[in-house]
Amino acid sequence: MAEQLKLTKKDRVSIWWRSTFIQGSWNYERMQNGGWAFSMIPAIKRLYKTKEDRAAALQRHLEFFNTHPYVASPIIGVTLALEEERANGAPVDDKAIQGVKVGMMGPLAGIGDPTFWFTVKPILGALAASLALTGNILGPILYFVLWNLIRMGFTWYTQELGYKAGSKITEDLSGGLLQDITKGASILGMFILGALVNRWVSVAFAPTVSEVQLDEGAYIDWDELPGGTEGMRTALEQQAAGRSLSDTNVTTLQDNLDSLIPGLAGLLITLLCMWLLRKKVSPIAMILGLFAIGIVFHVIGLM
Amino acid sequence: MDLTMIQIILVVIVAFLAGVEGILDEFHFHQPIIACTLIGLVTGELVPCLILGGTLQLIALGWANIGAAVAPDAASASVASAIILVLGGQGEEGVTSAIAIAVPLAVAGLLLTIIVRTLATGIVHLMDAAAKEGNFRKIDMWHIIAIIMQGLRIAIPAALIVAIGAAPVRDLLTAMPAWLTDGLAVGGGMVVAVGYAMVINMMATREVWPFFAIGFVLATIPSITLLGLGGIGVALALIYLALTKQGGSGGGGNGNTGDPLGKIIDDY
Repeated sequence: MAEQLKLTKKDRVSIWWRSTFIQGSWNYERMQNGGWAFSMIPAIKRLYKTKEDRAAALQRHLEFFNTHPYVASPIIGVTLALEEERANGAPVDDKAIQGVKVGMMGPLAGIGDPTFWFTVKPILGALAASLALTGNILGPILYFVLWNLIRMGFTWYTQELGYKAGSKITEDLSGGLLQDITKGASILGMFILGALVNRWVSVAFAPTVSEVQLDEGAYIDWDELPGGTEGMRTALEQQAAGRSLSDTNVTTLQDNLDSLIPGLAGLLITLLCMWLLRKKVSPIAMILGLFAIGIVFHVIGLM
Repeated sequence: MDLTMIQIILVVIVAFLAGVEGILDEFHFHQPIIACTLIGLVTGELVPCLILGGTLQLIALGWANIGAAVAPDAASASVASAIILVLGGQGEEGVTSAIAIAVPLAVAGLLLTIIVRTLATGIVHLMDAAAKEGNFRKIDMWHIIAIIMQGLRIAIPAALIVAIGAAPVRDLLTAMPAWLTDGLAVGGGMVVAVGYAMVINMMATREVWPFFAIGFVLATIPSITLLGLGGIGVALALIYLALTKQGGSGGGGNGNTGDPLGKIIDDY
């Protein structure tokens, strides 16, 4: 019996590393096809020896392909298993391989986009940004290390999973696991988005709604304070006791909105943006528009 | 401030990495928080660039390349605005105007990436030819050339900005009146909403909207940190998934654990 052709672990590690560059020659015609072929090269070298076989394999892997770059890994794994069977004489034709690739790339992109772009990235990004805004260098370091650990762990593990499970993985993924991951990611994502909209969309309306003259004793009477440090201490004590700093209580439009729920204005702007996006307004136009509104409202004293 | 030769070279290298990552989306050197910080690190203006990166990161949270759609280009926005911030020499004061410059740059970068992705179409035809010959080296080479093109997409404009020099950049920044920079800061606070709106539109279903509401309300409690909110979010998702399953298989009880995830893991 002929010797079985088998991919070594070293081949698989090299394929995994090459798949990092899967989007490198992204193009409008066949999208990730160049990167896909680039990733498969170590396998083709191992499995096919004649020039004709190698040329056929390369051409077969330059077909159209596009998915989320990280979930390409399980698809690569399955394809490796199929190529291995084919090289050992199993009747796996080009159509079967292309069929598996195309069949998996849609649903898997459906997991990759919400999980990585809309859950992990906003959470890590917001966490890192909130550190960075205070000048803390840990922000970017944390982002870089965590992001790459998660990514590399995910791509290696799922590539191996795909390779071992072979063609069975498609069945598993179309079952409960796929739905659970997508749903879990979108729940977590929406929850965090709610929080982020509240914390980070900042809108402050300046106009004063009312000025109320306070009763005597409700504010710090600066003229009556003793001089020097003694006066400072008395003032601070009075402030801690709840006295106002000035003799009028100024309520701005923003205070009124905040007493409904803090962050309401930000929420309204977000909902407006969603509505505009659904009306096919370009995000770029909206960004520029919001800057314009910011300038105009600031100049007329509204914000 | 003026940069030394070594600093200029390092800036261009950072720009190149950001450009490459702008397409790969793997290591995330193009994310503002990394790219701006690296520019700050090599030019010695770490803290202002760090703050710029954090601010831009919040604006860019929802920018993602989905399918064939291309998001505003974070790589060019962060690299160019960080260089301008450094050259302007205003330190943290300059962050606001640097952000205002970053947004049009993101659009310019978007056009450049579309051009490069179109050029790459030609490259894959060369790959086709190499495949016919079964030539691995040529395929590797063309793929790497395509990656280098994406790197140059940011490295060349970055070098141009450095070449224009500190003085014109500073003049440009000081020529901006206060009402303009303050107004841009106000706008910058709202612009974040666009990114969130893009993400929400992708994910929102009737089923998950309540979680948005819970997140929004809990975030009004300032003492819960983002990490804490993340913990609550994960717990909510797990609880919800567990409860939906119980609802589905309730009353079955034929030794079925009701845990398909565990079953799949066991099977491997």
